[in-house]
Amino acid sequence: MNQQLDRETLIADYRLMLRIRLHEEAIKVLFSAGKIGGTTHLCIGQEAIAVGVIAQLRPDDNIVSTHRGHGHMLAKGGELKLMLAEILGKSTGYCKGKGGSMHIASLKLGNLGANGIVSGGLPIAVGAALAVQMRGTDQITVVSFGDGASNEGNTHESMNLAAIWKLPVLFLFENNCYAVSTCSDYSMAGGSMVKRAAGYGLPAQAVDGNDLEAVYFAAREAIQYVRSGKGPYVLECNTYRIEGHYYGDAMVYRSKEETDEWRKKDPILRVEQRLIERSLLTESDCRQIQASVQQEIDEAVQFAEASPEPDSAALFEDIYTGGA
Amino acid sequence: MSERILTYRQAVAEAMAEEMRRDPAVFLMGEDVGKHGGAFAASKGLFDEFGAQRVRNTPISESVIVGAGVGAALMGMRPIVEIMYMDFICMAMDSIVNQAAKVKYMFGGHAVVPLTIRTAFGAGRGNAAQHSQALETWFTLIPGLKVVMPSTPYDAKGLLKAAIQDDNPVLVIENKLLYGESGPVPAEDCFVPIGKAALRRPGKDVTLVATSRMCWMAEKAIRELEQQKIDVEFIDPRTLKPLDMETIGQSARKTHKVVVVCESHRTGGFTNELAARIMDECFYDLDAPVQRVAAEDVPIPYNHALEAEVIPSEKDIIAAVHKVMD
Repeated sequence: MNQQLDRETLIADYRLMLRIRLHEEAIKVLFSAGKIGGTTHLCIGQEAIAVGVIAQLRPDDNIVSTHRGHGHMLAKGGELKLMLAEILGKSTGYCKGKGGSMHIASLKLGNLGANGIVSGGLPIAVGAALAVQMRGTDQITVVSFGDGASNEGNTHESMNLAAIWKLPVLFLFENNCYAVSTCSDYSMAGGSMVKRAAGYGLPAQAVDGNDLEAVYFAAREAIQYVRSGKGPYVLECNTYRIEGHYYGDAMVYRSKEETDEWRKKDPILRVEQRLIERSLLTESDCRQIQASVQQEIDEAVQFAEASPEPDSAALFEDIYTGGA
Repeated sequence: MSERILTYRQAVAEAMAEEMRRDPAVFLMGEDVGKHGGAFAASKGLFDEFGAQRVRNTPISESVIVGAGVGAALMGMRPIVEIMYMDFICMAMDSIVNQAAKVKYMFGGHAVVPLTIRTAFGAGRGNAAQHSQALETWFTLIPGLKVVMPSTPYDAKGLLKAAIQDDNPVLVIENKLLYGESGPVPAEDCFVPIGKAALRRPGKDVTLVATSRMCWMAEKAIRELEQQKIDVEFIDPRTLKPLDMETIGQSARKTHKVVVVCESHRTGGFTNELAARIMDECFYDLDAPVQRVAAEDVPIPYNHALEAEVIPSEKDIIAAVHKVMD
């Protein structure tokens, strides 16, 4: 029998997963309306990983996120209003509108930043963990990286250094099957981060990344291991990128049938089914929660849209600490 | 009281030791910086004094050495990271350019990155094409970075202390051939502010601006030019970014003739930035176009005689001075 979450946590996590999903859905609407510039990477389908791992961290733990990082930030306590304001490039956003979707960060919340460079965050996570180890405290750093990053040199350098120094890093591998158009079945020799971790002598396990409870309990074990000072741990979560690489991607590289198969494994639907099966919530309770989350999103969109654009003076601010 | 004489490498080690004694957040990491004392012995003695926790030998992993420096800096540490040869910095470009330099701005200012990146460059030792390059100009392109190039033992200590105390990522580019050179270095009060050029010699006929080891070439040229009754005003910018155009501009407006000398390549090298900035600010004060003395646009060859032809020499500097005075 698989381990089950208690009612309170399961409902809270369900709500958080919905918050991430509806946040991403709101972005689609804003993007289609031409209100969002640049490119936006949505994490629809990967909510169980962000929530299952990050939501159980301590407030003083750190995360290092990716370009597909909205879910990570919301799971670390990110506020919808400040997120959406940033994504709309407004001065009230997490980065005053200068970072946008790919660079959302809050050192206060322990998010050392989403990163526009695939694998760029792994060395940063190693350094954050080094600082913690040198100070002798017990925070951990969780760094998310995808199948694209798995083949970058940074990933190997970071695992190697973290392993020899026994740094408190949880390497969170989110294999969502695609790096832009390139399938991980094609690109990733050996096909498994668990096997690669073994090469560095690191403990690792793979879980169904669309199963919140499986992710949660595997992560709990990983977090305990890392926090105990034994060194890094690799957690492999297998999932699927339901959306294109960016919103608007024509996705000529994969079939509708393939995506439809994965839609059946929707992580939020699975939690909802369990809540109902276990008589923790009724169908109508679920709809009610969804409506209340939607209301939070609508309010955040309103806040973001009504927020002022950055002043042009802001252009030359924040380049150097204390001025050049 | 007699002056204290140190080598450039001793000055570097002393700067790090003083800062590590002063602030427990300062630590050093890099390849072979531990018991070995660094490839150029610039961290000699630090391992014995501070131990393996604060003088951290790393695997050969340039990208994660710098990137981990960024992560530790974000957490309030003040790391010094060493990239052994400047050529190897190519392996760490993302960590420097996309991470260290950018996080503050991308995060809307709420990040502080007190990171010092030390590296050693320079041709003239027969190290060939992958161990000799002057790549400083790449980094001067990047907002968010500061770039310094000490030419004397005094500045090697003073600029490094300033870099470690700075709350921004600072690239400190040392020169391999200068590590053994000696000069006065005070035990106390040795601090050279970033962004301040040194007027090394006042003169009235022509302004000579040179960086790093090219300052030593320039000084030889100046002695020769003295014989020819040419009175050279000599400036070492010391910091490339932010560049002290006040000092350079003042001199250009005084002598009306300027020669700039750098070890980077002629095309796209730092002499171009110097010449352009002088033209921007002093065009109508100049009697002649700024003369640029730079490395030839070829990879650094191994053969000693060929190598010597590539990098600027005292003869090249003298020829450029004659040309600008014609």
